[in-house]
Amino acid sequence: MNQARSRLLRPALGLAGLAVLFGVWEGAVRGGWIQSGFLPAPSSLGPAWLDEVRSGAWVQAIRDSLTHYLTGLVAGSVTGTLVGLLCGALPVLDGLLSGIVRVLRPIPGLAWVPFAILWFGLNTAGATFIIAISVFWINFYAAYGAVRAIDPDLYEVAAAFGHGGFWARLRTVVLPAASPGVLDGLRTGIGQAWMSVVAAELFGVPGIGARMMQASSLLATDLVVVYMLTMALLYAVTDMLFMLVRRRLLGWQG
Amino acid sequence: MAIRETAASGTADVVVRLENIGLSHDHGRSFILRHVDLEIRAGEFVALLGPSGVGKSTLLRVIMGLVPPSEGLVTLQSRPAQAHRPAAMVFQDAKLMPWRSVRRNVELGLEGLGLNRAERQARAMSALELVGLADRAGRWPRQLSGGQRQRVGVARALTVEPDLLLMDEPFGALDAITRASLQRELLDIHARRQGTVLFVTHDLDEALLLADRIIILQGQPAGVKGDFMVGPRPHEGTAVRAMAGRMKRLIAGEADPGADAAYWQASEI
Repeated sequence: MNQARSRLLRPALGLAGLAVLFGVWEGAVRGGWIQSGFLPAPSSLGPAWLDEVRSGAWVQAIRDSLTHYLTGLVAGSVTGTLVGLLCGALPVLDGLLSGIVRVLRPIPGLAWVPFAILWFGLNTAGATFIIAISVFWINFYAAYGAVRAIDPDLYEVAAAFGHGGFWARLRTVVLPAASPGVLDGLRTGIGQAWMSVVAAELFGVPGIGARMMQASSLLATDLVVVYMLTMALLYAVTDMLFMLVRRRLLGWQG
Repeated sequence: MAIRETAASGTADVVVRLENIGLSHDHGRSFILRHVDLEIRAGEFVALLGPSGVGKSTLLRVIMGLVPPSEGLVTLQSRPAQAHRPAAMVFQDAKLMPWRSVRRNVELGLEGLGLNRAERQARAMSALELVGLADRAGRWPRQLSGGQRQRVGVARALTVEPDLLLMDEPFGALDAITRASLQRELLDIHARRQGTVLFVTHDLDEALLLADRIIILQGQPAGVKGDFMVGPRPHEGTAVRAMAGRMKRLIAGEADPGADAAYWQASEI
């Protein structure tokens, strides 16, 4: 009974906080505290959104961005996790790559934009590349750290019960033991990739980011906010879906 | 030095024989274990007793094959039986794999023995029954108490039907009441199974309670400094008390007047 109540209390409080924010915001614009040119009133967002939906631009922008997002996310997550796991498990590979990692790691995804345009052009591949790079590092470090944090005694237990070789260790210890860390990395990447989507599209690849740039150059601030909220919604949905999968996979953690 | 043969049980099957075992981590400049000779016969419950940090657990790992010795030879006699392992180990803190259910933890050593899923499950379940945890088979390790986790650790080792069961201070981290009940259960299981056990402990009382033979590991590098047949249980009375006194002195590293004949049988004192 109490548990059920507290489970409902938090989302209810969250919704109440949002309602207060929008209320204050609306009041501030209507009361003339903020000029609507600087910040559109929440009540003006609905009509702006409907217009955008009717023209087909909204759905098209989401479809374009989702394509960039999903391909970049999958490419960056898979390669980052794989390289991270292998570096964690193979000291030789770890040493071999440590110099390269040190050079490349501090370069932000956005700094690759000139090369993305040069190599791939102003298209889906270019945007995907930017997203994949930023996601790669998150997953690389998550997987690497997760493998390094494994209790070394578990390798001994596995060896004592006949799982001593590299592949046997990988299967019986490394992959399951690192899975919580890997999944945390994936989750961070799922959020980070949405930020990279905007960055990757700002330089002209069609999608939510490009649409926001167009809107802001026309001073259509209501449209900018509509797309900001669209991103927030898309993030919430992807994160929720991921958490459902995660809970299923990590039941043993409680 | 220590021990050799014993006339009393020289004819029994030797399960494990250590010959001149030495272990060094710096290519022979210093040794952790040196000149360790030891024979354990089928059905014996042997306690390996010595001060903390002397190398008892390390010696167990050498026997298990987890640490290769720098010198000497370990010979493990294995029955020709199918689907079993020559040796199995119970670790200090159970060391269950938290992502496996209790039953799947017990199955760990059965994987790779050529058993199918149903056979693995059946064997894991009968081992869990033996330690009284059959009703917890579907739980996660985090849902068990420390004592229950160690019971699962015992089941995991027993289920591979090892010729030699190695136990590395398995009850050291438990509270006194849980430890006492697990010690009792272990004796029960041993009485029914008639297996061979090598049990590491730094606790003389625990060694006297459980074992019918106590081996003292002491020194730097560590070697076998005494080998006591404690005789039939319960281990009490003057003879055992006298032996316990000698064990204490040996563990403390004091010279023992009877060190030349470093093999004692309870009846001899």
